[in-house]
Amino acid sequence: MTVMIEKMKKKTRTNNLINYAIVIAAFAVIQVMKSTGNLSSLLNGLLIPVCSYIILAVSLNLVVGISGELSLGHAGFMSVGAFASAFFSKSMLDAIPFVPLRFGLAIVIGAAAAGVIGVLIGIPVLRLRGDYLAIVTLAFGEIIKNVITIFYIGIDGNGIHVSMKDKMSLHLEEGGNVILNGPQGISGTPKNATFLVGVLLVLITLFIVQNLINSRDGRAIMSIRDNRIAAESIGLNVTKYKLMAFTVSAALAGVAGALYAHNLSSLVASKFDFNLSILALVFVVLGGIGSIRGSIIAAVVLTALPEMLRFLSDYRMLIYAIVLIVMMLLNWSPKALELRERYLGRFFKKTAKEGK
Amino acid sequence: MANMLEVKHLGISFGGLRAVNEFELNIKKGALYGLIGPNGAGKTTVFNLLTGVYKPDSGSIMLDGDDITGKSTIEINKAGVARTFQNIRLFKQLSVLDNVKAGFHNSHKYSMFAGIFHTPSYRRVEAEMDEKAMEILKVFDLDKDASYLAANLPYGEQRKLEIARAMATEPKLLLLDEPAAGMNPNETQALMDMIQFVREHFGMTVLLIEHDMRLVSGICEELTVLNFGRVLAQGRTADVLNDPQVITAYLGE
Ligand SMILES: Nc1ncnc2c1ncn2[C@@H]1O[C@H](COP(=O)(O)OP(=O)(O)OP(=O)(O)O)[C@@H](O)[C@H]1O
Ligand SMILES: [Mg+2]
Repeated sequence: MTVMIEKMKKKTRTNNLINYAIVIAAFAVIQVMKSTGNLSSLLNGLLIPVCSYIILAVSLNLVVGISGELSLGHAGFMSVGAFASAFFSKSMLDAIPFVPLRFGLAIVIGAAAAGVIGVLIGIPVLRLRGDYLAIVTLAFGEIIKNVITIFYIGIDGNGIHVSMKDKMSLHLEEGGNVILNGPQGISGTPKNATFLVGVLLVLITLFIVQNLINSRDGRAIMSIRDNRIAAESIGLNVTKYKLMAFTVSAALAGVAGALYAHNLSSLVASKFDFNLSILALVFVVLGGIGSIRGSIIAAVVLTALPEMLRFLSDYRMLIYAIVLIVMMLLNWSPKALELRERYLGRFFKKTAKEGK
Repeated sequence: MANMLEVKHLGISFGGLRAVNEFELNIKKGALYGLIGPNGAGKTTVFNLLTGVYKPDSGSIMLDGDDITGKSTIEINKAGVARTFQNIRLFKQLSVLDNVKAGFHNSHKYSMFAGIFHTPSYRRVEAEMDEKAMEILKVFDLDKDASYLAANLPYGEQRKLEIARAMATEPKLLLLDEPAAGMNPNETQALMDMIQFVREHFGMTVLLIEHDMRLVSGICEELTVLNFGRVLAQGRTADVLNDPQVITAYLGE
């Protein structure tokens, strides 16, 4: 019988290893193309954004596929990670000249900031039964975008100055530095992100998510997803594990944001809008809800294709929306069935009685 | 012998419907006890009250001397009550093995960090869980199916898996809601043997809801008959089954 368990374990292990291998192989191929001059500048410019989209998609899959909740504001967590990390990097530009240390810390800070916001949102919302998370995250995504836009923050010899009016009212002394400039966001973030760092962060994300899924905590998270009442009946703390999945996911979305921010010289909050949250959801649904590999592939394909088919770009969001709906309707995987039942089924039939 | 379960004046209403009223129940430690009654009598509602799914609006529930009235489902499970459901509620997308391992969650622990980095404590605790889960699965003849998704098991096996999962929480009191529903007579007989075995081997007290009278009379020492949310008869199986009131209410339906 232990033979059977060994077999099961090996299957999971192989499955996980394949995902690492796919990422590493893709990295190697791109490196070869780069060195032989076969990589178009268009694709080259996409490498780091694709890495951060993969991280975003995998993190969202942890919420949607593994924990069975819907988040419609994951771009918001990415935004928090992006701005927190860029703020740190820009203000520490002189204080920490050693790039790997500064960038490393910036990523950790981006993850922590997004994770903390995830906890703050999750605690009140995940205690409720029902699909409140979708609504609240939707609102959060919009709110965070507007909040970041109204702040002006600068640093000078006297410390940090904050204003909600304009740059002038920061009253910075000579040599002071505006870090966050209202709607113009943060400009002049050091462009520390490289493709190698992006790939490493993807691998770390995979490591965390895949191992979490296959641990005691992951088992609890998926049990709760599959049947909340039964999970409670064997003593699983529903709120705790939903919160765990949501927080880890938010923190990883923060990592995606940190990577993204350090690839741009100017970072604006409006980039992280509802469209981006939906795009992330399209990656997850199209790749197969709950399938980590699917999320990776969908993120790559759906980011690369539209850039190559530029002429369709006006219709991109329309096409995504249609694809999302069609996939939701036509996908017969059990998790898709469940999601459909939860979000569409209630219009057609009454939900089952509790406890029976 | 002391009682495992003492229920007094238990009641709950749904709107105008008094689903359970003045319900009383005493179960001795180690007993195999039956709860029967016609459709809609309130049997499942009693289970939901005992496990905290519903909060009673009157009465008290004592488990092995501890008051568990009004506690949450999770606390009640930790106090030692586990159950199965009339409408099967498995973790469908998990393997048969993982369904049982989920039941070990509160007794076998390691940190999230250990889980992600596969530390020695992760390996040790997981191996322990695997071994114990296979032991329980073996009792129900499910060990060969350990790697299947729970959703892919045949109906009868799903019912058994629910019992196995409940047992993994090492309860003092096991509540089974129509465990033999949908099984043929042979399967039912085999299941009853398993329940007997489990009770003796794992030292559990068992309360089971059943429709099939033959089955209840075969293995339960004592019975409570519920009708319209009230206790109609209570006591030794033979006496209860010969009670004329029971015969008209239950058998005469
Ligand atoms: N959540 C609820 N809301 C309203 N009414 C309920 C609820 N739960 C149970 N009831 C009602 O309480 C009564 C008892 O139901 P219960 O499910 O306990 O019966 P039962 O004895 O288990 O029946 P069966 O043999 O059919 O399983 C029924 O009339 C039922 O409709
Ligand atoms: Mg019932």
